[in-house]
Amino acid sequence: MKYAFFPGCSLESTGWDFDRSTRAVCGALGIELVDIPEWVCCGSTPAHTTNASLSVALPVMNLQKAQAMGLPVLTACASCYARLRTANHTVLNDPEERGRAERVTGKPYDGSVEVRHLLDVLVNDLGMDAIREKVRHPLKGMKVACYYGCLLTRPPNIVAFDDAEHPSCMDELLTAIGAEPVEWPFKTECCGASLSITRSEIVNRLSHRLLSMARQAGAQCLAVACPLCESNLDLRQADAAKAHGPIPDTPVLYITQLLGLALGLSSGDVGLEALTVSAEPLLAGIGRDL
Amino acid sequence: MPDTLEWQNGTFLKEVERRSGTPVSACFQCHKCSTGCPIGPDMDLLSSQVMRMIHLGEERQVLESQAIWLCASCEACTTRCPMQIDIAAVMDSLRMMAVERKVELPNARGEQFNRSFLQSVCRNGRVFELGMMVAYKIRSRDYFTDAEKTGQMLAKGKLSLRPKKSGSAKAVADVFKRAEEEEKKR
Repeated sequence: MKYAFFPGCSLESTGWDFDRSTRAVCGALGIELVDIPEWVCCGSTPAHTTNASLSVALPVMNLQKAQAMGLPVLTACASCYARLRTANHTVLNDPEERGRAERVTGKPYDGSVEVRHLLDVLVNDLGMDAIREKVRHPLKGMKVACYYGCLLTRPPNIVAFDDAEHPSCMDELLTAIGAEPVEWPFKTECCGASLSITRSEIVNRLSHRLLSMARQAGAQCLAVACPLCESNLDLRQADAAKAHGPIPDTPVLYITQLLGLALGLSSGDVGLEALTVSAEPLLAGIGRDL
Repeated sequence: MPDTLEWQNGTFLKEVERRSGTPVSACFQCHKCSTGCPIGPDMDLLSSQVMRMIHLGEERQVLESQAIWLCASCEACTTRCPMQIDIAAVMDSLRMMAVERKVELPNARGEQFNRSFLQSVCRNGRVFELGMMVAYKIRSRDYFTDAEKTGQMLAKGKLSLRPKKSGSAKAVADVFKRAEEEEKKR
């Protein structure tokens, strides 16, 4: 299994631990990642709310590079994933927009490069049996709330590898590695995303709602697959508690960090020191150190 | 998109439908979008109200609303609309129209953030968080929110002091230029 890897800007900065744990987990599972050379930002929300041509052209620049590599694209960031898939969808379904994207990038592109999310590849290609075989330290008894957020499953006509309202791929994966995913109703509720910077009071309200519900459902921690979800729930957790009432410290880990630990990688291998709310008590519960 | 009636030609509704590529006129006010909107409690207009006001041609009220800038693009409304209206795409188009028509923005932070973010991408090919944040703080004059977080993030290696420039930064700058020209022709 070999993929053109699109890390995206967050994985170089606020989500460096997502980058490290993704690479470590893929290495351990025999998924080969080749970085797209000189990849560029996907444009994220600021592009699609400002300039429609740009919001297609920036992802297309990366897809053209991947096409030259002859490999399907794999990405871990939920937001980059949605932008790359949306660009493909636009190019494939709207000849006028395809023409625009080709004029703007100065190169042809037919929309044919496959874009996969890491979770899709783990659950649907590699499969639970292959992962179960490689588990060295099962996360026995760890109660996790799987938080999918918005863009992993929405809009379903574009991303579509799991159910839009009741996704289960992370729950399946966590069960396979010995953890106990909890049933909770906010799997796909939004954390406020990039309002984090412009309207942090809204993000505090939404994060508080998510964290308290996860706790009520009996979770000790949350699993995420998006750098913005991670920072809104982890870095802003103290602010959310201050504004809306106390919540017990709740570590928010990338799914790749939890998977890495189960595969026998160390907490440093998966970058757990990057978390604001420490995972130490959580690890102690499964007989591991930070 | 279904054909709208002839008398609608040239109306705000028609213009929004053309820009967003989605049939706003199909909205029958079931309010499913507003019910599931995570930002609803903070909005001055709910998304279903925005749809109705577009029908009624209330251009100013819609383009000057906070709501269009508060949408988090979570796509819950788009996913759930029984008429397949891409409501999140309508919000995107409304923001662009508000900026193009130079309406007075009720809270310019969303637009200031977008500009700071895209300027950083145009310059480096990728986002340089620290530079982007400084540019945003200067534009918004919102110096103190999250000031303490910068130190925390630097200590955790979550912010770098220098941009990690893409080797394709020059090509990105050209793409920005051509994308702006394309938008003018829309």
